[in-house]
Amino acid sequence: MTGIFRPENAAQVVEAVAWAAAEEEPLEVLGRASKRAFGRPVQAGHGLELSGLAGITLYEAEELVLSARAGTPIAEIEAALAEKNQELAFEPPDLGPLLGGEAGAGSIGGVLACNLAGPRRIKAGAARDHFLGVSAVSGRGEAFKSGGRVVKNVTGYDLCKLMAGSYGTLAAMTDVTVKVLPAAEKTRTVLLLGLDDGKALAAMTRALGSAHEVSGAAHLPAALAADSEVSYVREAGGAVTALRVEGTGPSVEYRCAALRRELAELGESEELHDRNSAVFWQEVRDVRPFVTRPERLVWRVSVPPQAGPAVAGALAQGQDALAYYDWGGGLLWLALPPSKDGGHVGLRAALSDCGGHATLVRGPETLRAAVPVFQPQDPAMAALTRRVKDGFDPRRVLNPGRMVAGL
Amino acid sequence: MKMPEPDATVLARRREIARALNAIVPGEGVIADRDELAVYESDGLTAYRQRPMVAVLPETVEQVSRILAYCNAEGIKVVPRGAGTSLSGGALPLADGVLLCMARFNRILDIDFANRCVVAQPGVTNLGITKAVESEGFYYAPDPSSQIACTIGGNVAENSGGVHCLKYGLTTNNLLGLEMVLIDGTVVRLGGRHLDAGGYDLLGLMTGSEGLLGVITEVTVRILQAPETARALLLGFPTNEAGGNCVAAIIGAGIIPGGMEMMDRAAIHAAEDFVQAGYPLDVESLLIVELDGPEAEVDDLIARISAIAANCGAVTSRASESEEERLKFWAGRKAAFPAVGRISPDYYCMDGTIPRHRLPEVLKRMAEMSARYGLRVANVFHAGDGNLHPLILYDANNPGELENAEAFGAEILRLCVEVGGVLTGEHGVGVEKRDLMGTMFSEADLAQQQRVKCAFDPDSLLNPGKMFPVLHRCAELGRMHISRGQIPFPDLPRF
Repeated sequence: MTGIFRPENAAQVVEAVAWAAAEEEPLEVLGRASKRAFGRPVQAGHGLELSGLAGITLYEAEELVLSARAGTPIAEIEAALAEKNQELAFEPPDLGPLLGGEAGAGSIGGVLACNLAGPRRIKAGAARDHFLGVSAVSGRGEAFKSGGRVVKNVTGYDLCKLMAGSYGTLAAMTDVTVKVLPAAEKTRTVLLLGLDDGKALAAMTRALGSAHEVSGAAHLPAALAADSEVSYVREAGGAVTALRVEGTGPSVEYRCAALRRELAELGESEELHDRNSAVFWQEVRDVRPFVTRPERLVWRVSVPPQAGPAVAGALAQGQDALAYYDWGGGLLWLALPPSKDGGHVGLRAALSDCGGHATLVRGPETLRAAVPVFQPQDPAMAALTRRVKDGFDPRRVLNPGRMVAGL
Repeated sequence: MKMPEPDATVLARRREIARALNAIVPGEGVIADRDELAVYESDGLTAYRQRPMVAVLPETVEQVSRILAYCNAEGIKVVPRGAGTSLSGGALPLADGVLLCMARFNRILDIDFANRCVVAQPGVTNLGITKAVESEGFYYAPDPSSQIACTIGGNVAENSGGVHCLKYGLTTNNLLGLEMVLIDGTVVRLGGRHLDAGGYDLLGLMTGSEGLLGVITEVTVRILQAPETARALLLGFPTNEAGGNCVAAIIGAGIIPGGMEMMDRAAIHAAEDFVQAGYPLDVESLLIVELDGPEAEVDDLIARISAIAANCGAVTSRASESEEERLKFWAGRKAAFPAVGRISPDYYCMDGTIPRHRLPEVLKRMAEMSARYGLRVANVFHAGDGNLHPLILYDANNPGELENAEAFGAEILRLCVEVGGVLTGEHGVGVEKRDLMGTMFSEADLAQQQRVKCAFDPDSLLNPGKMFPVLHRCAELGRMHISRGQIPFPDLPRF
């Protein structure tokens, strides 16, 4: 890369992208570059880093809305929200440490562009579900906006959804507006101890199929539970299945007791209170069990919840795989030893019956260039994807190849 | 409202087109008789009427695919239709268009309690999904007021909401997967029973795309276990400001109620006269706040919100003590539209969203407009999310009054945009708000949206004349005006 543009306002982003489009010079689009090692490596002569577009521009807690420049540090936004007892309900993971970088280094634009979501995804949705409005610069070098600053809006196509999860390949975002929500007054986590994967899935399914509004359902095998900073989890001496309940005091106490009662036949249970719950769910969210195993390839596999253990079982055949579940079995975090194909052939074959998708979140650059990092699409979807890309970035100047080779 | 000029060459081929469609969908599946087509001439926005050239009711995905491929090859426009309950004219037929009715796609394909989802054909009603799963205590959360009739496919096309969407989300937040057919007949599947399918979020894009991008043939939605209990609070305030402040204070206290509805004086009186819900008649603003969850939570929140309301100057404060009483509180709100229909020969329902704190100002200016246009207005309001439903009272039999009501409505929507809001919260743009899109979006914004349309439907055959005020050709939109120049801002830090 010969240089990085660091624009300080939206007009300068337009100028940079218009130049890139005119010269057909690809740009690597970055927020604060904390997730640069996520996705396929981009071949670009120049970078376009949006960290200069920083700052919260509007925060109205009682309207549940916050607007910020796209490069605003996520940590700054979370701190501002915490002052008003609010939060980003989709619980954005901090993938920095997993990717070998620092914690707390990402931007709001990066979180949205990668459509990240933590354990609360099952109840509150992903980044996409909280993304209300966007101003961006297309690969044509033209500024456009979509959405608004109100939580209910169906005026025109929802281009925020397209921006979420597009990894900077459609447009460079300059300003974003998100829905924010009150943080829970109280959090407790019910721990079920010593369940195998199948029993754990049954327990999570019962809990999520109940009226108790479970906002996190994860299962860690013994080897990974033993690494937790939370002593109850670390010293459990076996696998740990965790169910989170959040809300007002009386409600949380009632639901926790009800869950423990309804799941009593599965054996003994423990309960984590606010502080330990926060630490534990942050570990699950940020893939902490694999941060300390930096040599391994890390895959994020989204499947129908009931398929989780079967997919994990198929992958464990004859290899040294580590896995844990979030989203009630629907999200499988998988760590494999390094290999030439990264395990992608076996992984994707395991998904062919149940449906779902696998993303290589951590792996060496050469591997990420060689194997499909994101789930390969069938020809019809690939063609449609290409036409959508053409509508935003016909000259392929924004993050070319980030998601798919040649796109 | 100007629709695209009917294509005379297509109209001249009407019988031949009907025959070709009949070859794909045999028997009763094709309607070409002018009288029989009358039932399709409008949707929920009855001010606009247009009989389609021909209507077709396919039963299989393969038929949908062949119909679209045929229309695409022949350059014939297609308007998809669910139950036809759109309030924005989204399913308004075209004189030279095929109306593609999805009513026969009315089966639930799979109920998957373990994965907490339902797979349904698009013509299943919204309430039909809840009915299919309620035996196990589950329900489908989005509940538009037309839920008895409106279809799940239409809900996806319009991204329908309902009174519970502040807490439980809109259609887009409850949708897991789709199967759809593109205009060239290609069948594609988006998502499934898992979350956040990889690739561009075309599932999110499709939701609320108003039938302009593809025809939905299968829908997978997530279902939830119904809350254990629900109670409602009825709160009356002497001013709209006080009511608005109470809404802000409830949310400021960190409480997101299951539903939070507001009515103004005119709506309160119309509803009370109609259903005798027990509403106080001496207040300017009435709030219905519903709390749902376990009893311990609901009772606690009822007490907290009662205290907040007292602080905000509530002159009426009643909590439902039984399920009958809760339903009675809601009866007036749910009957608000027909209640207004009783006091006026016609009414026109608007659907703007505003930042909530601008409510008193918007209501004041709406009252000024009401005086100026000489038309009464009643307001019901999804207070939690700022979605306003002004009902403009008029009489279509008085010459010029419909046009007057429409002008009044357009001015309300422009006001919504002016205060930082949007043209439509849940009813869609359709034909109704099409020509107002320019008040919210620039030429560049609309051009980018239409380039998305071009990726799906390059000849603009799917539901043309809806959503976009001006139709540009895709070739024109795709052109780039390049001026090669110096490297930008050389004085900017780059290294």
